[in-house]
Amino acid sequence: MTELSLGRQHLRWVGWLRDYGVYAGIVVLLAVDTALNPDFLASSDLRVQTFQLVPTLLVSLGMATVIATEGVDLSVGAVIALAAALLPLYLGYNAGLAIAVCLAGGLLAGLVNGLMVAVAGVQPIVATLAMMIGLRGVAVIFNGNQAKPVLDPTLSALGLDSVLGVPIMAWLALAVVLALVFLVRRTTFGQHVLAVGDNRTASRLAGLPVRRVLLTVYVIAGVLAAAAGVLLVGHGAEADPANQGLNIELAAITAVVVGGTPLTGGRIRVVGTVAGALFMQLLSATLIQHDVPNSYAQILEAAIICVAVYAARDRGSR
Amino acid sequence: MSAAVLQVSDVDKRFPGVHALRGVSLTLAAGRVHALVGENGAGKSTLIKVMTGVYRPDAGTVALGGEPVFFGGPIEAQRAGISTIYQEINLVPLMSVARNLFIGREPRRFGLVDVRTMNRRAVAVLREYGLDVDTAAVARPLRALGLGAQQMVAIARAVGVEARVVVMDEPTSSLERREVVTLFEVIRRLRAKGIAVLYVSHRLDELYSICDDVTVLRDGAVVHTGALSDVDRLGLVSLMLGRDAAAVRSDGVTAFSSDHGDAVDAVDRLVLRAENIEVRHRVHGVSLAIRPGEVVGLGGLLGSGRSETAKAIAGGLRRDGGTVEVSGRRLRRDTVAAAVRAGVVLLPEDRKAEGIVPSLSVRQNIVLAALPRLSRAGLLAGRKQDEVVAYFMDRLRIKAASPDQKVAELSGGNQQKVLLARWLCLRPKVLLLDEPTRGIDVGAKAEVQRLIDELAGDGLGVLLISSELEELIEGSDRVVVLREGRAVAELAGADVTERHLMHALASEPEADGDD
Repeated sequence: MTELSLGRQHLRWVGWLRDYGVYAGIVVLLAVDTALNPDFLASSDLRVQTFQLVPTLLVSLGMATVIATEGVDLSVGAVIALAAALLPLYLGYNAGLAIAVCLAGGLLAGLVNGLMVAVAGVQPIVATLAMMIGLRGVAVIFNGNQAKPVLDPTLSALGLDSVLGVPIMAWLALAVVLALVFLVRRTTFGQHVLAVGDNRTASRLAGLPVRRVLLTVYVIAGVLAAAAGVLLVGHGAEADPANQGLNIELAAITAVVVGGTPLTGGRIRVVGTVAGALFMQLLSATLIQHDVPNSYAQILEAAIICVAVYAARDRGSR
Repeated sequence: MSAAVLQVSDVDKRFPGVHALRGVSLTLAAGRVHALVGENGAGKSTLIKVMTGVYRPDAGTVALGGEPVFFGGPIEAQRAGISTIYQEINLVPLMSVARNLFIGREPRRFGLVDVRTMNRRAVAVLREYGLDVDTAAVARPLRALGLGAQQMVAIARAVGVEARVVVMDEPTSSLERREVVTLFEVIRRLRAKGIAVLYVSHRLDELYSICDDVTVLRDGAVVHTGALSDVDRLGLVSLMLGRDAAAVRSDGVTAFSSDHGDAVDAVDRLVLRAENIEVRHRVHGVSLAIRPGEVVGLGGLLGSGRSETAKAIAGGLRRDGGTVEVSGRRLRRDTVAAAVRAGVVLLPEDRKAEGIVPSLSVRQNIVLAALPRLSRAGLLAGRKQDEVVAYFMDRLRIKAASPDQKVAELSGGNQQKVLLARWLCLRPKVLLLDEPTRGIDVGAKAEVQRLIDELAGDGLGVLLISSELEELIEGSDRVVVLREGRAVAELAGADVTERHLMHALASEPEADGDD
């Protein structure tokens, strides 16, 4: 009701900000960067950016799917740690097997999250908080507190090599984005995710498989986080379960929110999430490049999150 | 007529594509209850929002006590003395009754909330509204009260802010009969205090028992205004619909046809048989049987277990006992999906909370339950969906800008039709309709009633729950009456009359209680 009392002009502005703000932000950042440094777009720096962006992006996409069901997954960083702990254990057999084990580990973690949320009815933030704390402990037990070097050709190819001038991991991210867009737009599952997130009671009474939907989104988030873990280990050439993926859940939530997906569920913006992750990455890169102290960068990030949440707040009203 | 308190003159309001109000004028007088009626889309809610500062009119003026006023928002309107009570209760369920009453203007002592004074004053205020409370009761959370009592608190709160005008938008939609009586007493008290009341309702009974004046809106314009006693019910309905009074008379008040039961005699098999349905604390051994083409009414007062019975049959509420058979085949599992697969579907009572998925489109809402059938290997079949959606939007006359419009933007009646379409595209055998016409306008109501008739004519079994006696009586072939979770009477044939039904509803519980 109160939103209606605001001027309609104002509402339109907020709606525009929610829908296109992040893209405009990217354009502005790129313009500023090229103005200050004409070689910005051409520089090899862009590759470095991509390597930093992709793992966060994969995690963010999983996060967006969970958030669309009015949930949240705080355990994604711990799943990365789990992947980092599992990889060295199985690399001796075969890189493919090791990666498969990692993804299975992510799947299992997601399954446990999903069971807690969908079947036991635990609130997502609590269920995944428990998983976040416990799983990192498990990962450190598997691996020990020391980082292990990982020098496997397949993994370092995934982490560093390019095909057609574009890093392999960027191709992977592109594939995941396309798959997710397809899932949301063209499959019954995608419609179910939106319906469950928007009105769970109505979905249940319409006979939708609510539990299965919830279970599946947490599994997706878990598997994508494990994949991000594999890429991080490959890129860094070391497995460090005590530190890898720390705070990535927060970066992912930020990307999702900045990308225009409301935390209240019922909507998912896949491309927006990509843009959100890209925007935050560009922002921090720009600030670092111009030697802005980290503390100021953090304050700016916080301001951006507030603006994004403000713009997304009135999703229901016209 | 006494002094005009609020005067709306020649107000115009346009929205993209809609001319919502066309030169509407309305005068509310001190100490009078003014009814505002009209079909959906007639402009009632827009007019209320203009009066209460939610919208700004494109043209025309609103004057309060003779002075033109411009409200920047609802809060300004409230400060000026215009209070609004909405259908949904805007209170905080977990806070105490007293705190809800005094929210934002708590009595203070030493800078802190003076709880004792607040509770004492709350008791005094609420007693004035016919609520029998003491200081212990007002300290309990609001949700401990019944819906009706909560509504009273909302009214007491709204009126407490020095109101000169009180706008009530369907205040009785969640009230029991007894609570309506109390509400009316309150309204009379407001009237005696010289407050102008604007009363919006679809229920003719209520209008004629409480209102003094009436304004009828149709298509954004005033088609009639004057004393309510000058126009009879039929006249009022025909003004709203823009139909001839004689035609309304011959069609009856509801749109149900009078010749029920021809399909019933012919077929003697049951499409639904529910035996001894148990839901802990709610439903105790209720049995129902429905034949194809039959409309069985489920009567009872609020809290008698009607909705719970329907939900338990449809798998939406866990059964603690009892069986459900559809066309002679027993449902193995107690889930919505199992019931839907067998052809039993439920239109839930609370459209907003349990029915629509608000940010999805009309199309997505219609196909929601049918997705598995409208897809191949999990992929959506766009063409097939479009056909289904187009067919049902046309057949049920769903008014939407396009199938891609958000369902939350539709009127209540159209939302209800979307929900009906959601089930009808599954070709169900049994429709369980829980208050299918609640809170929708006269026109849509008639359409839904006619549709129920048609569907029964096509051989569906229908269970109809309604709080409106005439709807239950005219719509049903048989009526099962529940009280406190038990079936206490069954009326059939010539016994389906208002007198019998009232008698069954009102009679004292029998000593043995079990059926």
